[in-house]
Amino acid sequence: MKKINQIALIGALTAMSWSLMAQQTPAPKQTEAISIVGGTAHLGNGQVIQQATLVFENGQIIALGGPETPTKGQVISASGKHIYPGFITMGTSLGLIEVDAVKATDDQSDIGDMIPHVRSIIAYDAESKVVESMRPNGVLMSQVSPKGGMISGSSSVVQLDAWNWEDAAVKTDEGIHISWPNPIAQGRWWMGEDPGMKPNKNYPQQVDRLIQFIQEAKAYHQGGSSSRNEPYEALKDLLSGIDVAYVEADSERQIIDAVSKLKSVGIQKIAILGGREAYKVIPMLLENQVSVITQATHQLPFDADADYDMPFKLPKILADSGLVVAMHNMNEANHQNRNLPFYAGQLIGQGMNPEEALRLITQNPAKIMGIDHLYGTLEVGKSATLFISQGDALDMRTNQIEHAFIDGRHISLDTHQTKLYQRYSGKYQQ
Amino acid sequence: MKNNAMRWAILLLMVQWVQAQEYFPKNDGVLVKKDLYQVFTEATVHQNSVDLLENATIVVKDGQIVSVGKNIVYPKNSVITSLRGMHVYPAFIDVHSSFGIKKPVGQTRGRSTQYEPSREGFYWNDHIRPEQSGIESFNFDASAAEKLRAAGFGLVNTHLADGLARGTGALIALSDKSSNATRVLSPKSAQYFSLTRSQQTQQSYPSSAMGSMALMRQFFSDAQWYANGGSKTKDRSLEAYNDNSRLPHIFEAGDLDAVVNADQIGDQFGKKMAIVGGHNAYEDIERVKKTGATLIVPVDFPSAYDVSDPLMASFITLSDMKSWNQAPSNLAVLDRAKVPFAITTHGLKNPGDLLKNVRTAIDYGLSETQALAALTTVPAQILGQANKLGQIKPGFYANFTVTNGSIFDEKTTIHELWIMGEPHVVNSKDLVDVRGDYTLEFKSATYKLVFGGSIEKPSIQVTKDSLKLTGKVERDGAWMKLQLHDQDQGGWLRFSGNASLVNDRIALSTDLDNTPIALMRTTPFEEKEKKEKKKEIRAIVPVTYPNVGYGYTQRPTAETVLFKNATVWTSESNGILTETDVLVKNGKILQIGKNIPAQGKVIDATGKHLTAGIIDEHSHIALKSVNEGGQNSTAEVRMSDVVDSKHMGIYRDLAGGVTSAQLLHGSANPIGGQSAIIKMKWGAPAEEMIYSNSPKYIKFALGENVKQSNWDSGGNRFPQSRMGVEQVFVNYFQRAKEYDEIKKAGKPYRYDEEMEVLGEILRGERYISCHSYVQSEINMMMKVAERFGFRVQTFTHILEGYKVADKMAEHGVGGSTFGDWWAYKMEVKDAIPHNAAIMQRAGVTVAINSDDAEMSRRLNQEAAKTVKYGGMSEEEAWKMVTINPAKLLHLDQRVGSIKVGKDADLVLWNAHPLAVYAMAEKTMIEGAIYFDREMDKKLRQQVSDQREMLIQQMLDEKNQGRPTQLKSSIKTEEFHCDTL
Repeated sequence: MKKINQIALIGALTAMSWSLMAQQTPAPKQTEAISIVGGTAHLGNGQVIQQATLVFENGQIIALGGPETPTKGQVISASGKHIYPGFITMGTSLGLIEVDAVKATDDQSDIGDMIPHVRSIIAYDAESKVVESMRPNGVLMSQVSPKGGMISGSSSVVQLDAWNWEDAAVKTDEGIHISWPNPIAQGRWWMGEDPGMKPNKNYPQQVDRLIQFIQEAKAYHQGGSSSRNEPYEALKDLLSGIDVAYVEADSERQIIDAVSKLKSVGIQKIAILGGREAYKVIPMLLENQVSVITQATHQLPFDADADYDMPFKLPKILADSGLVVAMHNMNEANHQNRNLPFYAGQLIGQGMNPEEALRLITQNPAKIMGIDHLYGTLEVGKSATLFISQGDALDMRTNQIEHAFIDGRHISLDTHQTKLYQRYSGKYQQ
Repeated sequence: MKNNAMRWAILLLMVQWVQAQEYFPKNDGVLVKKDLYQVFTEATVHQNSVDLLENATIVVKDGQIVSVGKNIVYPKNSVITSLRGMHVYPAFIDVHSSFGIKKPVGQTRGRSTQYEPSREGFYWNDHIRPEQSGIESFNFDASAAEKLRAAGFGLVNTHLADGLARGTGALIALSDKSSNATRVLSPKSAQYFSLTRSQQTQQSYPSSAMGSMALMRQFFSDAQWYANGGSKTKDRSLEAYNDNSRLPHIFEAGDLDAVVNADQIGDQFGKKMAIVGGHNAYEDIERVKKTGATLIVPVDFPSAYDVSDPLMASFITLSDMKSWNQAPSNLAVLDRAKVPFAITTHGLKNPGDLLKNVRTAIDYGLSETQALAALTTVPAQILGQANKLGQIKPGFYANFTVTNGSIFDEKTTIHELWIMGEPHVVNSKDLVDVRGDYTLEFKSATYKLVFGGSIEKPSIQVTKDSLKLTGKVERDGAWMKLQLHDQDQGGWLRFSGNASLVNDRIALSTDLDNTPIALMRTTPFEEKEKKEKKKEIRAIVPVTYPNVGYGYTQRPTAETVLFKNATVWTSESNGILTETDVLVKNGKILQIGKNIPAQGKVIDATGKHLTAGIIDEHSHIALKSVNEGGQNSTAEVRMSDVVDSKHMGIYRDLAGGVTSAQLLHGSANPIGGQSAIIKMKWGAPAEEMIYSNSPKYIKFALGENVKQSNWDSGGNRFPQSRMGVEQVFVNYFQRAKEYDEIKKAGKPYRYDEEMEVLGEILRGERYISCHSYVQSEINMMMKVAERFGFRVQTFTHILEGYKVADKMAEHGVGGSTFGDWWAYKMEVKDAIPHNAAIMQRAGVTVAINSDDAEMSRRLNQEAAKTVKYGGMSEEEAWKMVTINPAKLLHLDQRVGSIKVGKDADLVLWNAHPLAVYAMAEKTMIEGAIYFDREMDKKLRQQVSDQREMLIQQMLDEKNQGRPTQLKSSIKTEEFHCDTL
């Protein structure tokens, strides 16, 4: 035991020692108006403006139009280049996990079945090297999400250039994450059971327990309780229709049960995380205004007999039907979140219009998380959270970011990685 | 020779048995000698699967058949049994049984891994147990014997089913009439082997299928060495094996692939093996034929899946459904292909299911002749006792079954088994058929009774004045008990009597009355012409190649193809050619140019891009097992032993334009196993996917995985630090060097597969792909290699390669890395996506690999990331997934670029191949199209049609009340380097 503790300690110290090598200094507030001219502006809402002029001041877009639009302040030429709203990645462990294999750096889940009071935002490491590595790819905002138990805690939206979590926070505790029970369970082989998949006999009880907990919270909020209950308190905004229930559910049965049961206890905003079989229940999802955050397209098909390109096209199938769709990759290592633009790019290969594909990583996540009044699209009055890319930002060949702005702040695109690149490129040129 | 020796052994044993009665002192009576013959007359005798005698006589004495035939004159001192209307068959023999021998129970695993053996004076590995003697733990199990007899078995060859080498088995007659003195026909009848670890030890090696294979090879080799006097110490395991080496070898393998594996081991050491397995031989019968092996085939057909819940049904793969559907056709396929096979009860919960399943197999085309041979003469041949067992002939043991009809007819009843001349009744043949319509007069009432049902278990209907009454009838051998419920007569009336019909009368008695009572038969029973219940033969889904979803009905073959007007990415010095034609013939690239005249199949590639097939230098798809972590060096294990040609990853890779991959051992230990380099020939068996004349590779590994940093394994395996890793290599290479020197000097030596393989590295005949992360260890590995005078071929992962790229270039090692992975382990904290570009610029040959089934199928995109990170040109980026990995695999003379004379491994893309939205339209290997997006649509339809058809069949099965199973197979696991 002693030895293990020592190893853990050494691991923790090592981890700390390099996360102490500070990341890029957050950019100061915008002091002067900036005009980006001559580029192709992809607004994130399906529209494009060629030869666009985009002007922002004090962190806000104040003008956006064709070449006739007057500029103000510093002018950046984007001729032949592309302007996008900052990409928004959902359901991530960014800032919660630094190194997957090092437990000491993992703060994404806690123990307990019903822990809605657990808040991801306070564990968010704004100085994470993984976080800064998002920015050179155009990923400028993230939903930081807990994972664990049945009700896992609350998620928050952050922007990815900050001194600390408080600065980073764009919207705190905007949703509660729920891991919906699975009606199919794998045999517990370590207990001598067949390791195949079987119906989960406990599924109905597990669902009941979850729903009962929410009903209890409802009763609690009707008043009269003499002692304060933090878990129930944490569900207040969910029950009043302010927060979103992010429900991990993949099979048709899970999705139907999740939506109908949660609606029956008065939960208004529901987003399905995963939704592998969501395409089977589209009318029900539309009717209940449920959005779907599918797994990123870069996945293997779940079952052997599925179309090889099923994960490539699922978001498209759902989006084509009128659902509000975004993507997450919470089952992958979090460094992969920088590939968010390419997950969207994959949809173009499936025949999706590029501007529609773009919405899945800009406007739609903003809508789902309720920050679309400020973020997710390039529109006058909204935050100047955007970037300029030399080419199509959804394609890895041409995703070359030259400038990026968060709330008008001109952020650094350097990272731990780019510094090492420069350092060692230099080594061999000596 | 062997057969003769065996015959004498058996004859000697026989003599012993006969005399056994005589030389034992007898104190409970007087010693008498029985000198009588048993004679069976008027029988239909199936002497074997071919020879049939009608109205024949069998004469038996002292447990042996004296004569068989028509018009046989038998001695006066004979006990005669008439078998009129009866059939006599040789009793069945199961050669793969564990009858009467308990399987050891598994040991609980200790906190730390056990690397050393737990025994002294035996083989170095506990899983090799040829010294086990099944007979020593044998206890005659009367109730199991009864069940086996009821299934038609008279003999079993039983063994202790535990370990890789399991020791000797014993041939047992299932007679409960005497003692083991007569039952044990041979205490050492065969040697048994398998690929499954022993339950009696926790020794870690082998922990994988390829480890088991390697250990088996080393063991057979060691046995020869020991026999030649190579060892200075005693090894009771090897000694035992050598003592018994002339016994028949029976190898429990498993599925078709395992059968081929077992056969390879047998061939290598000149051992003729009878192989247990091949339940799916129908999937590729030609492959089975090629082995030339005799199979011992289980008939444990899977029951249908319960697909009544669509959710659960979605977890059942088409492959699983097909296994259910096709299993009953297996024996018929073997039969038609003339593959010699025996049938075993192995795998059946109840031996009684054997005949049922064999009858099903007959419904699906198995000939009755082969069915009988597979249960009698073939097992006798396997045991080398074809002249004593399995037939009804003079000189053979008197082991036969008496039935009332053809044994493969489901209406037939097995009446008796005569085992070693002793009778064992299963269902008495002397029961009188009392069925029919009767009247019974009792206390002035008249009852009408109708007995139906079967002879052994009659049913009853009772009426009195057309009033239905409750009745019960039960037969207990010759006696019958009868109860009628008549309220008017005080309730239950009960009778009993001998169920014999004399003048249509059955005499009964009752304790209710003393007057004689009788059942009078009015009408004898007449077997009603059963409504010809059409036997349900379900439609068998055709086998595909491979026999899973998206399999082809016929294997793709090479065609003459002309790609017209493509943008051709040559991956050669002539770069990217526009509006160019490429002609493919006989599997090779024949011509590249403009306006090549049309021939063969012309594919309009206008606006499309033609490239060489992608080569994944580092993959773990299509493997059944990835790590042999049982020891810190496992150079002897071969990934070619565990290639899974049915893995869906192959098809998906094809759909991503991948045509070749190196399937590597994992990174559980510093010295891993030998790679299998394959082409993605979807539908071909493993041995055809593997490159012919393949360059030899081996996986080495450094860093966190080999020092077991990220999981708790007890910490008792060296190395636990990077310092130790170096010493492992130094030690093994030094040993290999010294081994080689002894060999070269012509001194006697023990062939050591591991040292042989390491020797190949030292001589530059085998190349290392070395899993590596941080610069210190990368540098170390090169220094170790230089010290031993060779060069590391490729560093794979190599995430800090950019820090020592100059040293790498100088050493001449290649780098095969990820597009952009990092942050998953401590040792990748400094991994940067610009790594490939820096290494390339420093003069290192760089490939982008996957190590991941998902990434593998879009390596074109991963290559494109080198354009983003590090500014590679598109042409250079493309080379990183084609010609560069080909160079790193020493395959660049054959694949990796579009060049005249090279293999036609080509991909036609619908767009710029590095674009995120590009899709492979056609993927060709050696001129045969293995993936085609249009064909894929048809295959999707095929998957969906076949699933629907099989779901219908399985719902029929369930709704007709037949057993079903409610589970899916394990979801296919996707392997990575560190999958244990």
